[in-house]
Amino acid sequence: MSEKVYGLIAEFDSPAAILHAAEKVRDAGYRRWDAFTPFPIHGMDKVMKLGNSLVGWVALGGGVFMFAQIFGLIWFSNAFDYPIIVGGKPMFSVPMTFVPAYIMLIMGGAIGALLGMFGLNQLPRLHHPLLDKKRFELVSRDKFILLIGAQDEKFCATETKKFLESIGGTHVEIVEDKD
Amino acid sequence: MADSALNLEELKRLAPPAELQRAPVVEGNKGLGWLTDKLSVFAEGKTPLWWWILFLPAAFAATVIFPVCLFYQVFTGVGVWGNNHPVMWGLDIVNFIWWVGVAHAGTLISALLFLTKQHWRTTIGRMAEAMTVFSVMMAGLYPAIHVGRAWFDWFMFPVPNSNGLWPQFRSPLMWDVFAVNTYLVVSSLFWFMGMIPDFAVLRDRATTRIRKTIFTFLAMGWTGSARQWHNYEKAYVVLCGLCTLLVFTVSSIVGLDFCTAQIAGWHATIFPLYFVIGAVFCGFGMMLVILIPLRKWCGLENIITMSHIDKVAKLALVSGLIIDYIYLMEFFIAWYSGDPYERWVFGHRLFGHTYWVLGWALIFINVGVTQLLWIKKVRSNLLWLFVIGILINCGMWCERFVIVVGSLYQDFLPANWGKYMPTIWDIGLYIGTLGAFFMLYLLFVKFLPIIAISEVKGVMPEADPHHPLGGAKKGDHQ
Repeated sequence: MSEKVYGLIAEFDSPAAILHAAEKVRDAGYRRWDAFTPFPIHGMDKVMKLGNSLVGWVALGGGVFMFAQIFGLIWFSNAFDYPIIVGGKPMFSVPMTFVPAYIMLIMGGAIGALLGMFGLNQLPRLHHPLLDKKRFELVSRDKFILLIGAQDEKFCATETKKFLESIGGTHVEIVEDKD
Repeated sequence: MADSALNLEELKRLAPPAELQRAPVVEGNKGLGWLTDKLSVFAEGKTPLWWWILFLPAAFAATVIFPVCLFYQVFTGVGVWGNNHPVMWGLDIVNFIWWVGVAHAGTLISALLFLTKQHWRTTIGRMAEAMTVFSVMMAGLYPAIHVGRAWFDWFMFPVPNSNGLWPQFRSPLMWDVFAVNTYLVVSSLFWFMGMIPDFAVLRDRATTRIRKTIFTFLAMGWTGSARQWHNYEKAYVVLCGLCTLLVFTVSSIVGLDFCTAQIAGWHATIFPLYFVIGAVFCGFGMMLVILIPLRKWCGLENIITMSHIDKVAKLALVSGLIIDYIYLMEFFIAWYSGDPYERWVFGHRLFGHTYWVLGWALIFINVGVTQLLWIKKVRSNLLWLFVIGILINCGMWCERFVIVVGSLYQDFLPANWGKYMPTIWDIGLYIGTLGAFFMLYLLFVKFLPIIAISEVKGVMPEADPHHPLGGAKKGDHQ
């Protein structure tokens, strides 16, 4: 159990306060930082320059994959592997194939969206260094916490602490990484 | 602080007149901390008496009546039900459609209202989603045992097997298998993903070790970082979009089961739309039945406000009016078609024997009682709304009975005619599924976050960084 420094956290009271603080952190040239909030804050993704989330593409991939799978499966099972005449209908046709394939597109898209969200957020995980902090429990309530990671090139335990205090953060604390 | 106080005054001065303002999502809001306490306290507090009074009968129905009826039917055969030639689809299919219907409004409230940015849906969305998940479970059960030999249910899935057989994908009944299963999976995923940030809230508030452990597992390490929210929101929009598609797809496919058949009374192109709207209408009725007692007993009157109930009632009215239009069209087309069999079936829905009671009951409720929702006094009277909610559910049940049985019992050849009467096993199974639904729902109410905590917080003025309550100062602009 080596105790490394994971980063520094500072607490803010309102969405506007943390948004302005985030702008200042960005302008100060930090790169490895994050904001922890009880709900998504409008405008934060722009400040953090997060761009478009990839989740949509993962969902699309899942949907198209499933659609193609079912389309192929129906052709294989009903027209190729065991063709059987039912009510004089064609062995394979798009209208009858489309409905189940479309339904499974929705299934694939939904599973893709969930797994994409988990993958990109590195979830599920049983623990996170921040969850050790008593004050961090307030993030799911009404506090807003800004983290500057120790891996940031500009990170310096004393300087960054001063900086966080200067932009209005309270309860500035060091977070240890116990893993 | 002085700055923001000034700002608030100014805001009040600039605000539109009272009658033009939107009702606040939460009444008497005292800040985000207060809201967190208010919304999570029920899942943490002591179990109230009313919960036990409702839970025990529901659990009895779910764990005694339900399995007894189920096992007796599975071991003996479909013959224990009243189903017989020519009415091969009886209460099992009626209840299947009814449960799918109950499910639909949940998805519609949660997903479609999210896409249309209705902030009020945050307070009732989670309860609606739970209603969807549990009622799809009940719905899916019926076709699975209606096949008669439930141990061959796996034939319906494209599993490679030693017989070399495959499902027959040209039948809408086969599409149904995919539709209902997809609906169950997708609505469960949607429900669960929405709860992850709220599990984190309960995890952070947990006082006992066991609660902490359970919610740590359920929250999956959620920290609420901006990056997580960024991906989460995207996934949420995608899931909402897909769920909305499902609302229109699943019931359409159930409708196709009917309208691809040649039976008079079923063979109509209006059926997919008819079933979707009927489903939604029935679900809004169920939503009223669930919301009205829960908001009182869980102390959520400030959260699920009268304005929200009013909106649900209005949506019920709108879907009810569409249903009325469809009834009108159905009867008109039956007459206009000139088809004697169509005319016979529709005439007998209201003036036949035995089932005319249900025919008039559905007209009385779905066409008559629904109109009461035009009146503002009725929409603001909880008792009236509760009764109307129950009636809508009964009315829609009658409608499904009339469609399924009323079309089958007298088909083209008089030699083929017959009667259908549900047996005690039909009714027992229905009571069993009702019990199972309410048991699951009560467990959800007691142990899980019934209101989307983070979503409600997110639509408060305190959550908006450009609002004075969110800490914005004068002249603050990005």
